[in-house]
Amino acid sequence: MKKLVILGAGTAGTMIANHLHKRLKHKDWEVTLLDPNPDHYYQPGFLFVPFGIYSIEDTKKPKQKFIPSGMQLVQKGVEAIEPDKNQLILEGGEKLSYDILIVATGSRIVPEETEGMKDRLWRKKIFDFYTPEGAVELYKALQNFEGGDLVIHLTEMPIKCPVAPLEFSFLADWYLTKKGLRNKTRITYVTPLSGAFTKPVTTKVLGEVFARKNIALEADFMVEHIDNEKQKLVSYDEREVPFDLLVTIPTNMGAKVIETSGFGDDLYFIPTDHGTLQSKVAENMFVIGDATNVPASKAGSVAHFEAEILIENILAYIDGKEFPEKFDGHANCFIESGFKKGFLIDFNYDHEPVPGKFPFAGIGPLSLLKESRLNHLGKMAFRWIYWNMLLKARKIPGVTARMKLSGKKFPK
Amino acid sequence: MATATLANKEVEVTEEGFLVNPDDWTEDIAKEIAKQEGIELTDRHWDVIRFMREDYKKNGTSATIRHITKHSDITTKELYQLFPKGPAKLAAKIAGVPKPVGCI
Repeated sequence: MKKLVILGAGTAGTMIANHLHKRLKHKDWEVTLLDPNPDHYYQPGFLFVPFGIYSIEDTKKPKQKFIPSGMQLVQKGVEAIEPDKNQLILEGGEKLSYDILIVATGSRIVPEETEGMKDRLWRKKIFDFYTPEGAVELYKALQNFEGGDLVIHLTEMPIKCPVAPLEFSFLADWYLTKKGLRNKTRITYVTPLSGAFTKPVTTKVLGEVFARKNIALEADFMVEHIDNEKQKLVSYDEREVPFDLLVTIPTNMGAKVIETSGFGDDLYFIPTDHGTLQSKVAENMFVIGDATNVPASKAGSVAHFEAEILIENILAYIDGKEFPEKFDGHANCFIESGFKKGFLIDFNYDHEPVPGKFPFAGIGPLSLLKESRLNHLGKMAFRWIYWNMLLKARKIPGVTARMKLSGKKFPK
Repeated sequence: MATATLANKEVEVTEEGFLVNPDDWTEDIAKEIAKQEGIELTDRHWDVIRFMREDYKKNGTSATIRHITKHSDITTKELYQLFPKGPAKLAAKIAGVPKPVGCI
């Protein structure tokens, strides 16, 4: 029997495992997933935890539940990948060989990258919401918040889910309004980008939302250090932003094992072919989800579309055929905008998000780049879709791996 | 896409003024773009510009701030002094390489 190993049983690893379960010849292949963490988190849910909309328990299920029958989930960490020997070194020194390796090790926050972030004020006045612990601690901090300077801050791009800090800002505006604290709070959004988002049309639309919600934008701000004494963010060009409560997205990096294995880029993401998703490290190594360095959003929807492409390419690779599919960078993200409304954006490597209808051209029912109640309902329904369809590699009607150009209004 | 005349040379540029073909670049073009951006080029600017060009040739992508500081003796602080506001973007523009895609 040949061996296929999936490193990481998070969103991307679980999705590709379920595709393989449906398509791979079971008698020929032994499939093993490696992941030290027993819990699978619905990560988009972390956004709602600080506001008490979800509890952390609402976002969590056992990983084992989503591992297809006949595949083994080994709950062990990996210390190194040795592509030239086709083997992994597991924690404790045990070796595991493979014929094909799929790396799905994701990304993680590294607050230590910024001076003064993981310091005296960490999880007292400075919080993240990209970890379960961070989201829960931030919930408590918001409960006790009495107004002042609330600062939402992005340290460095790329980050997982680039819309999450925007959504956090919009929800904070709603939450503080509801609690009667909005007129006692100044909300400031601090970003190293030149505007609210990375793509021009969306940046313009969201810029208007910022103005309407009275959220100040501090752009082109690259943090040099955080002054714990004076409670200020200080930039490389010596601007200062004071805070009473700082919600930061720390630097995102690939997994530690990519760093120790020595083939990652500057942020330990893996050099990966943008189209085929084959790694540039070894031909029998493929990469999916946040672990790649492809210039697409680091988002669950991207992992989902990548899985639909990657399954075809891996099956072709096994049969010694040419890769039939090319990933186009397709991402699809709801942007919760508060007061039970939301946006939806759909884009890829070549086409930025624009207005239109989704998933069916002209019909919708969802509107692109437009605030609506239905988009909010879509966002809230998404948790069910995630657990019951996406992880299990079931198709959503009308939603294709490659982005559709139809139904979209592109600028002339 | 549009064309612009930089240092008496007709070149293709993007809407934001980045050279479409890095091979069109000359030192005079760098000086002219820098001037438009209000920057007087010093030796230290040229160190960054040369790094950006060599790195682009090697990797096929434009260097991010993290990449520049990791692979040269230039610090982030210095980058912000040399190329204010968005150093990676500005240095790429003057060095005639594409706008960095670090921001997705």
